[in-house]
Amino acid sequence: MQNIPARTLDDLLVLEDKRMVDFIQQLINGLQIGSIYALVALGYTMVYGIVKLINFAHGDVIMIGSYVAITTIPLLAAFGAPSWLCIIASVLFCAFLGFMIEAVAYRPLRNAPRLCSIITAIGMSLFLENLAMLVFSPNPRPVPRIFSTKPIMVGGIQFTFNTLLTIIVSVSLMVAIQFFVKNSKTGRAMRAVSEDFGAAKLMGINVNRTISLTFAIGSGLAAFGSVFYSSTYPLVEPMMGSMLGLKAFIAAVLGGIGIIPGAIIGGLIMGVAESLTKAYINSQLADAVVFGILIVVLLVKPSGILGKNTKEKV
Amino acid sequence: MTKKTLKSYAVNLIAVMLLYGTMVYLSESGVLSRYYSGILVLVCINIMLAVSLNLTTGCLGQIALGHAGFMSIGAYTAALFTKWLDLSGAAGYLGYFGGLILGGLLAAVFGFIIGLPALRLKGDYLAIITLGFGEIIRAIIENMQFTGGAQGLRSIEQFSTLPVASGICIISVGLLTALMRSRHGRAILSIREDDIASEAAGINNTYYRTMAFTIAAFFAGVAGGVYAHYIGILGAKNFNFSKSVEIIIIVVLGGLGSFTGSIVAAILLTILPELLRDFENYRMLVYSIALILIMIFKPSGIFGRYEFSLTRAITYWVDVFKGKRKPFAALRSRNNKETED
Amino acid sequence: MESVLITKNLGISFGGLKAVSNFDIDLTEGELVGLIGPNGAGKTTIFNLLTGVYQPTEGTITLQGKNVHRKRPDQLVKMGIARTFQNIRLFKHLSVLDNVTIACNFQMRYSLLGGMFRLPGYWREELAVKEKAMSILSVFGLEMYADTLADNLPYGKQRKLEIARALATDPKVLLLDEPAAGMNPTETNELMNTISLVRKQFGITILLIEHDMSLVLGICERIIVLDYGQIIASGLPGEIVNDPKVIAAYLGT
Repeated sequence: MQNIPARTLDDLLVLEDKRMVDFIQQLINGLQIGSIYALVALGYTMVYGIVKLINFAHGDVIMIGSYVAITTIPLLAAFGAPSWLCIIASVLFCAFLGFMIEAVAYRPLRNAPRLCSIITAIGMSLFLENLAMLVFSPNPRPVPRIFSTKPIMVGGIQFTFNTLLTIIVSVSLMVAIQFFVKNSKTGRAMRAVSEDFGAAKLMGINVNRTISLTFAIGSGLAAFGSVFYSSTYPLVEPMMGSMLGLKAFIAAVLGGIGIIPGAIIGGLIMGVAESLTKAYINSQLADAVVFGILIVVLLVKPSGILGKNTKEKV
Repeated sequence: MTKKTLKSYAVNLIAVMLLYGTMVYLSESGVLSRYYSGILVLVCINIMLAVSLNLTTGCLGQIALGHAGFMSIGAYTAALFTKWLDLSGAAGYLGYFGGLILGGLLAAVFGFIIGLPALRLKGDYLAIITLGFGEIIRAIIENMQFTGGAQGLRSIEQFSTLPVASGICIISVGLLTALMRSRHGRAILSIREDDIASEAAGINNTYYRTMAFTIAAFFAGVAGGVYAHYIGILGAKNFNFSKSVEIIIIVVLGGLGSFTGSIVAAILLTILPELLRDFENYRMLVYSIALILIMIFKPSGIFGRYEFSLTRAITYWVDVFKGKRKPFAALRSRNNKETED
Repeated sequence: MESVLITKNLGISFGGLKAVSNFDIDLTEGELVGLIGPNGAGKTTIFNLLTGVYQPTEGTITLQGKNVHRKRPDQLVKMGIARTFQNIRLFKHLSVLDNVTIACNFQMRYSLLGGMFRLPGYWREELAVKEKAMSILSVFGLEMYADTLADNLPYGKQRKLEIARALATDPKVLLLDEPAAGMNPTETNELMNTISLVRKQFGITILLIEHDMSLVLGICERIIVLDYGQIIASGLPGEIVNDPKVIAAYLGT
């Protein structure tokens, strides 16, 4: 043992370190994409919580958010403004879009059988995707630099400013939303409406306004997600929302649909699972793992990690 | 069998024979070009897909988003079977029919495996899980070597001519209609109407839900087999979520629960895109808008739950002719609610 | 007289709330028993327990000598217990006749393929079931509505149809959940006669939830009173009416 040249021992130590570092790196990547999933999942879960509808079009709102971003950036540049201001444009536009979708397509069907709402949501999703294909062309478009990609060293691990910003802003937003729903008057109104429409109305809550607000907030959050997503994966195309949306939806179900902390937990778990699968198993299998998680959750505990089972009154 | 039923069956049989005869004549005599014959074959395939999906979505009342997955299982199974047999002529056709049944059965097996756990879930969850399964099936087929992988399967013998396809279509629709008019069909309908009352009436919901799903998968598989031998080439991309959605649009437009509606809508939505080839880019956009508008303004579709009955139509017009009845009286006083005695 | 339905210490808790507890009954063949109590007492919950919609958290149910532990509702129907619902649950878009023939489904034997290919079994059994359904409908005076959509029937007739459907399952025990709800005195009278007729003609045991005292006192042989999920009194109609505990439960102390 004593005769091993120091160089080889050092190499061994470095290798161990490197594996550890790699793992933590993948974990960070997972948290980054997971925060994005969580932001988007929040939209699904808030909407489902209040109107019991899976908003199939939510993923496509993200796609629109990204297109808005790439359209705004050149305009901002022309005025000498920094690129990241595109977030404001994106968030505002998406919030408005979410509001419009609810008002036009979902509100008329509020009392219709579930089947009709699901089909309408699918229709809305298709509409947005095909509209984008016509207006923006089906070819992927590149996204100009939004945040700097300068590497930052924290304790021997390399982050990019991008990653750090994504995680920090996302987590802050999530905490803010949770606080908002728990403590503010509007937040309480949202919870009341999700429990019982009729009773909420009788309590003087403007149900329509509360629901519209929920859609707007959900879509706005998704816009944040879309900008962060586009800054990490800088290609935008009309179909990008469907896969992203589906994964975020699975995250919402995983954590417990209708439950805000659940969306956060679900999103982070999904992100880490996907990242680790891509790194250590097979990148093709990442999608299969994602669907697999969905199926396992639905078969074992459909109400999700934080969910509770409710029985129908006979 | 009463005399009335006998008459009814005879009338329908004659009508069907006339229809089939027309199809044979049109294709054999060359009145229809290959192009139009082909469109009619696609119509037949879409009718089978729509009617089978209607069984799950309209009659059972459960939305299923992975129908194209069953179609693909049937398509690949039938195609691989006939390629392996490598026969032609009359023997080839026997192999073809065998392949169709095999494809249907395998699709049914998957329908059963997926349906049994999935159908415990309600509404939205079922929609998502069937979507998930549909995508998984597509991903698996795309990645398997013996199905041709990403490039697909080629040189499939084109057994699905118009007489053959229309015959299979007629038989399929006939069997499904017969199913809905039997005790099993009634059980399935009762689940849609009120599942708790259905259980209270002695209907095992799990059993009948799975049955409906499995049978729907079977006929989707057969339709897939017919499709494979029409188009001659298969690729996993043909059977993606888009295809599932197209079938749903047909069913919803025609009316959830009405086979007549599915048939009419299938004809409309297969022929229309062909006629409007120039507007191909706008097709899905128009479909999606149409879907939303239908759901808002007429969610029951064109026909609602109405089923066309030839016997009833004939009796009606005979009565009118005899002066026993005024035509279109029903339209003048809709939804007669019986009043208290 | 044989006992057809016995429960011992039957109870159910939802979370921390004991909805029903210590529920003991013994119904003998052919009896007509009333189950009354203030709203929320747990009467429908008991029906749900007896028909397998809820699984009890304590106690046992014995139907015709057989323990019904963990049986599904449709299995219990096949064992001989049928029910109607507080809020009418008919198959609205199906015909009156279909509503009844569906309840006969488990008595039919022809297979799936037999039905699709219209084999002889189909014709034989469909005819038999149709006749049976029509005869049940005529007991209730509904035979002329056979092809009417159930949703188009007036309210009173819809309630009767629900009872007809339950009877089609050939039950030994029939649970009626507020059959007279929403009926005027004339209709209630008619219903009373129908229920008596049904009991005599079909020889079944009936357990009846009702708020309409004229109906309960009119036909029930004995009455069980429920409050807060527990039996507070049980006996003949005359005794119950004067029982101070019962009066207190309804009027509050």
